[in-house]
Amino acid sequence: MGNNGTENMAKGGALSIRNATKIYDPEGVHVVALEDCSLDIKAGEFVAVVGPSGCGKTTLLNIMAGFDSLTKGEIYLDGELLAAPGVKPKPGPDRVVVFQHGALFPWKTVLENVIYGPVIQNQMSRSEAIEIAKERLSRIGLREIENVYPGQLSSGMQRRVEIVRALINNPLVLLLDEPFRGMDSVTKSASHECLLELYDIFHKTIYFITHDLEEAIFLSDTVAVMTTRPGRIRMTIKVDLPRPRDYRMLSSEKFLKLKEMAKDAVHEEALKAFQRGERELA
Amino acid sequence: MDTNLILPVIIISAFSIWIFYHRQKKLAVILGISTSEQIKKTLTSQRFWLLILGFALTIGFWYAAVYWLPFKAFHRLPGPDEVVIEWLSRDPYYGISIYTKEYYVHIIYSFYRATTAFLLATVLGVPFGLLMGWSRRFYEYSFPLVEMIRPIPPLAWVPLSILMLPGVEPAVIFVTFLVAFFVTALNTLLGVQSIDQAYFRAARCLGASSKEILYDVVIPGSLPYIFTGLQIAMGAAWFSLVAGEMIAAQYGLGYLIWQGYSLVKYPTIIIGMVTLGFIGYGSSVAIRYVGKKLMAWREQELGGGAGVTHGE
Repeated sequence: MGNNGTENMAKGGALSIRNATKIYDPEGVHVVALEDCSLDIKAGEFVAVVGPSGCGKTTLLNIMAGFDSLTKGEIYLDGELLAAPGVKPKPGPDRVVVFQHGALFPWKTVLENVIYGPVIQNQMSRSEAIEIAKERLSRIGLREIENVYPGQLSSGMQRRVEIVRALINNPLVLLLDEPFRGMDSVTKSASHECLLELYDIFHKTIYFITHDLEEAIFLSDTVAVMTTRPGRIRMTIKVDLPRPRDYRMLSSEKFLKLKEMAKDAVHEEALKAFQRGERELA
Repeated sequence: MDTNLILPVIIISAFSIWIFYHRQKKLAVILGISTSEQIKKTLTSQRFWLLILGFALTIGFWYAAVYWLPFKAFHRLPGPDEVVIEWLSRDPYYGISIYTKEYYVHIIYSFYRATTAFLLATVLGVPFGLLMGWSRRFYEYSFPLVEMIRPIPPLAWVPLSILMLPGVEPAVIFVTFLVAFFVTALNTLLGVQSIDQAYFRAARCLGASSKEILYDVVIPGSLPYIFTGLQIAMGAAWFSLVAGEMIAAQYGLGYLIWQGYSLVKYPTIIIGMVTLGFIGYGSSVAIRYVGKKLMAWREQELGGGAGVTHGE
């Protein structure tokens, strides 16, 4: 992969999702999680996906990550077929996931966690990986904690370490499943700053799931609003706020206008989901 | 107060102080307290006196039941004073005390059998449990079998073991092993099943092969359950060992207790029982110690505040 461990700009990572359809248990309950969902993500683009609960955001992430298969449609990564019916799902270090509840190995120290990927893939020697890991951790202010076990860290620190662990593999795509959910606002904004900083350095393609519209607009280049189940893309909103971004933008007129727009779209979908829920229960 | 009571009270107090001292030590290390301060703290803490009170009430009840209370059957039992005097006697009336060689022969026999059985159970039970948790197929055909054989009480195995194995010694060890094996294997299986799926996914994302997932996720992830299992297995091993020894063996603490019963050497029964208590406690501490060494991450995670004071 030619990773020399320093900053390298995106050399790929374009995702093309074409008519992705996922049906769980087709013979039985027949739950359509995704239906004809299409979305193009450019190499190095930061896409935030929002939508009501259960709309298929995570299903799509799982399929791209290689945890699940596709019932219909195709997903291409840099022109190569990544997922389609009959293609065996396969996770790999080119598409690293950061999990909602965190998945740092609690039995490994922070440093061992970060170097795990490149060392087992034989991408780097142990000492090389340690050097890079230390440099990356100190860049985001986590230098002192390298020999600590994750259980001792706050959730904000854990998630930042996990992002570093993902990035050190030099993936094409970073898949983030609501990584900052449930954090208090201070931790959340620190985590946002960290992610934005890392994004500005590494420019990886990012698929970022969230429920928080403000977060979605503040971080991303494009906000994709998904419909209620079966999930498809209802609309995409281009966020043309300049980078690097900082918190002053949250009160700018442009930001508020974008937020209004996204809110309307999401609200309508949420209402539909709610009404359907009532119908299903009745 | 009966002068005979003084000795048991001293011994029990010494034992309580020892247990409590070890409990406090961990806390003291964290808080940076010196030894003298630590002893002072121990002697002034309420928990310490509650601990003493627990022992004192138990011994007191024993004493009262044997000498004062109107329970006829209890009156032929030895009181705590009689047991301690016999136990510490250079010339024991019933032949077993800390000064007799025979006492240690029994201990060594039991200890050897329990340890052999326990180690065998660990060496075979942990991989068996890991395999059950690791391979769906292996689980499918081994689990129902295990669930059927496991409820058979260890004593029911004694006759068959003697018939199957050459001699009584391997038979007793086999019966002991069997119980410990099932406990270890099932706890290991539970350990594997308890691992959050996200760790498997994360490992695969980071490029881990099946073998690496086994070493880096399955084994460390199930260690907490494995060690809980080993502690229970050790207890179960002693339990079935003593039962086996009572029926089939020539030496050992179980044999000593049973012999004490049949030859009307009642203090010897209690000496054997209390010795088992001490050894059981000791082996449990030893396993916990090894577990903590292997799971530093867990210690840190649970560390601080409540985790430390209730750590035992």
